[in-house]
Amino acid sequence: MKASGLGPQASDRPYADPYVAGTALGLVLLASFVVAGRGLGASGAFATTAAGIVAAADPARAGSSPYFSRYLGGGGPWLDWLLFEIAGVFLGGYLSARLAGRIRREVERGPRISRNGRLAAAFGGGAVMGLGAVLARGCTSGLALTGGALLSAGSWLFILTAFAAAYLVAPFARREWR
Amino acid sequence: MTAPLVDGSNPAVALAAAFAIGIAFGWTLERAGLGSARKLTGQFYFTDFTVFKVMFSAIVVAMLGAFWLARLGVLDLSRVYVPPTYLLPQLAGGFLFGAGFVIAGLCPGTSCVAAASGRGDGAFVVIGMFFGVLATGLAFAPLASFYESTSRGFVTLAQLAHAPYGVIVFAVVMMALAGFGVAEWIERRV
Repeated sequence: MKASGLGPQASDRPYADPYVAGTALGLVLLASFVVAGRGLGASGAFATTAAGIVAAADPARAGSSPYFSRYLGGGGPWLDWLLFEIAGVFLGGYLSARLAGRIRREVERGPRISRNGRLAAAFGGGAVMGLGAVLARGCTSGLALTGGALLSAGSWLFILTAFAAAYLVAPFARREWR
Repeated sequence: MTAPLVDGSNPAVALAAAFAIGIAFGWTLERAGLGSARKLTGQFYFTDFTVFKVMFSAIVVAMLGAFWLARLGVLDLSRVYVPPTYLLPQLAGGFLFGAGFVIAGLCPGTSCVAAASGRGDGAFVVIGMFFGVLATGLAFAPLASFYESTSRGFVTLAQLAHAPYGVIVFAVVMMALAGFGVAEWIERRV
């Protein structure tokens, strides 16, 4: 199906109620505590992949790196818990979208930005988030959701500053969305 | 038998559990509409509070579940990994993360869902995020001392406030309910 990327399509199956979806997400997180003794995550899977690639290209450099070396212990970077979890996220997201008829080849953007402009912002914003997630030791999943539910002080500090920064920057990014 | 059920002694079982939990995680994010950057960013223009509602109902449910399962002796919380606190790195990292989030329109987990449901912007956030982590990791040396600074260990809000665990749980529930009320009120007005 051809999609404009400019907004919801008439054929879209409506999304779930946010409180119902949030409750389901909370139960998934709780199941992760009960089964695995740890919460959800996402940025850690990016870090372990980066560590694995650097280790393959230059083992000495990866081993002596204070950041990458921490991902090289245990079963190695390719048998990392979060890497398997994020593979599941791709599959679960795909299956859900597929079954709801929501697979769409599009670039989502507001009406005042070009397709390439939006892709550049996606890459740049992603890179800044990557830097932030490294410094903070996690992202919305591993730090905010997981640590939020376990009442980690650092997690709540991260939630508050991330939301504050997003609201502060939002007026400057308005062209991209509205 | 006390939870957590899977420990490090059986990696294959742990990784299978990780994959299954990931499927459920990706599924619920997509069902909530969080694979859509335009829906996510509505949060920051006061038009769509799905991000707040989903995130805080999830936190409340998992928090209450962990609290009660621990009270009932089913879950041993001392064996559940709590993200450690590093004040300045998390303040700076949180700020950069939030700024990047509103520009990217997706966070790391939701960008994977957006990419999996066919969205090119989702794929570019995934690639950008990977580039950011890789570049930061390669240029880590000057950041290392800042990264390790202001460590407070595995401190919780309850320990910080010298309050009982249950009191903080109750306060977070009340705060979330008040937040839901405000979100509904704003959504009705715009």
